[in-house]
Amino acid sequence: MSSIEGLRREVHSLDATAGQSTWLSRIDPRAMILATLAYVLTVVSFHRHAVAALLPLAIFPVVLARLGNIDLAKVGLKVLLAMPFALMVGLFNPWFDTNPRLNLFGLAVSGGWLSLASILVRAVLTVAAAMILIACIGMHRLCAALDRLGVPRVLTTQLLFMHRYILLLAGELVRMNLARELRAPCASTMPLAVYGSLLGHLLLRTLERAQRIHQAMLARGFDGHVPIGQVFSWHWRDTGFLAICLAALLLMRTTDLSALLGHWLMKAVT
Amino acid sequence: MHMADALLSPAIGATFWAASAGTLAWCSKRLRSDARDHLAPLMGVLGAFVFAAQMINFTIPGTGSSGHVGGGMLLSILLGGPAAFVVIASVLTMQALFFADGGLLALGANIFNLGMFPCFIAYPLIYRPLAKAAGTTPAKGRLVLITVLATMVGLQLGALGVVTQTQLSGISSLPLSTFLLLMQPIHLAIGLVEGLATAALIAFIREARPDLVDVGNASAVRVPTAFPTRIVAVLAGFALVTGGLFSWFASANPDGLEWSIEKVTGKPEAGTGGAVHQAFGQLQQRIALMPDYKFAQPEQTTADTAGESGSGETWPAIDAGTSTAGVLGGLGTLLLVTVIGYLLRPRRSRATE
Repeated sequence: MSSIEGLRREVHSLDATAGQSTWLSRIDPRAMILATLAYVLTVVSFHRHAVAALLPLAIFPVVLARLGNIDLAKVGLKVLLAMPFALMVGLFNPWFDTNPRLNLFGLAVSGGWLSLASILVRAVLTVAAAMILIACIGMHRLCAALDRLGVPRVLTTQLLFMHRYILLLAGELVRMNLARELRAPCASTMPLAVYGSLLGHLLLRTLERAQRIHQAMLARGFDGHVPIGQVFSWHWRDTGFLAICLAALLLMRTTDLSALLGHWLMKAVT
Repeated sequence: MHMADALLSPAIGATFWAASAGTLAWCSKRLRSDARDHLAPLMGVLGAFVFAAQMINFTIPGTGSSGHVGGGMLLSILLGGPAAFVVIASVLTMQALFFADGGLLALGANIFNLGMFPCFIAYPLIYRPLAKAAGTTPAKGRLVLITVLATMVGLQLGALGVVTQTQLSGISSLPLSTFLLLMQPIHLAIGLVEGLATAALIAFIREARPDLVDVGNASAVRVPTAFPTRIVAVLAGFALVTGGLFSWFASANPDGLEWSIEKVTGKPEAGTGGAVHQAFGQLQQRIALMPDYKFAQPEQTTADTAGESGSGETWPAIDAGTSTAGVLGGLGTLLLVTVIGYLLRPRRSRATE
């Protein structure tokens, strides 16, 4: 059940982070969403063997996390937890791609190792970007911005509803499971039949809850649409933010800044 | 089974984004014409239910491992295809944002794999006809069998989707057959477990509230589903067009998608791709402060990928100087990023990029 506690903490801490007033939180969420999408597209558009060329892109999550007062260690931990699938698939690359691609002080490094490293860097950068997006703008502003960007109302309403009820249902499930454990102290396992009826009861309660929610909404004048009461206005600041991000992305995509730096360093040494 | 950004090429990611977005738009249109306005709170709360339900596991006898219910088939049975698809899309979005499952670009592929297959293939083509054929009072065992079968088919197709997307993206070097052998059997087992969990849940609901899961009963919470032939055709066309448009944005290496476009269209590169690519190359030549940063003679060029010469964006041949410069530069970059992060530490936020 620790995972439900984790979920609760997660949702609370994200809401708390998103509620801060920082330089970044004054940026229009639409600009943040567009910049993040452009960033992710840029990261994945690199050559599959690119490693060093990807590293300058790490500046985005670091600077944005600082500007938004987001805990980088927390982001890092989540990034690591999210790694397994990409890592699992990437781990096979060194076996199947053995062409030497890099000469490292006389040591030949195969394309497989490079692409594995590239996959790991990609995973870190893309996941960090998503984490920072949600930590910075929060669920409510995200949905409002998605709505303004033309995402179907059905989905944004759905996201808002879900975000609101996840903790409630998770809490209910914890209590139900606690009750079960108290009545069956020796049973460490959860047989399928018990599982089915436990979740079944929760589902029935959930459906009844949905009915009550609907009645309450009708009583408050619900007409089929949930109003998303956020009003944004696009300022010059937002245009500037987006333009700087896009320009930096274009520069990093077209110029290998790492190699340039490395070359200058080597020149300085020799 | 979440697809990850790190394994996707932009072309494939964007194609599946377009496919999922198109399906979402279609579902949203279907749901808007739906007269029952209690659907909004119902979908929202059921999404939260699936999210919560995946946090509790049942024990698989004799193995010591555990499993949980999968969302797709359960939601399809309770809500029907279009509404279930929207709920799954929202669950996956939440997972991508809160738990870093997958990623933002992979979201389209994930919604496609875990939503499209159960909601629009396994449910309408397997579960519904079989459940209907079983009559109004089917035996419990038969219903369990149908649910497990439908869930397994949905999950197998989803796993196939992951393999296909990874292969077409060309970031992983895993051969198709090996990847298939890795993914499909595992998901056969996962499908069996998820199917059993779903069946147990459905069996319970069936006893308590038979009206909710009765296939023949149209007054339940379900929205009637038809197989969206038109939308599938439109999506296929759309996918090809986006694939062509986005392929120039892909890496210099001719990747899986370009290869498949070549097969489909018979031309080496689709549409404007080549021109845009060249323009980018020229731009790079002009922008690059020091385009020829190699200082040693190339030692070997065997690994130089064929087919990218002339595209303007060539991968440098193996060369000790470039390699060392790359490693040094990479380390230097990381150091710089760390220093900048340190300088910008909390309470010192500067309005500069």
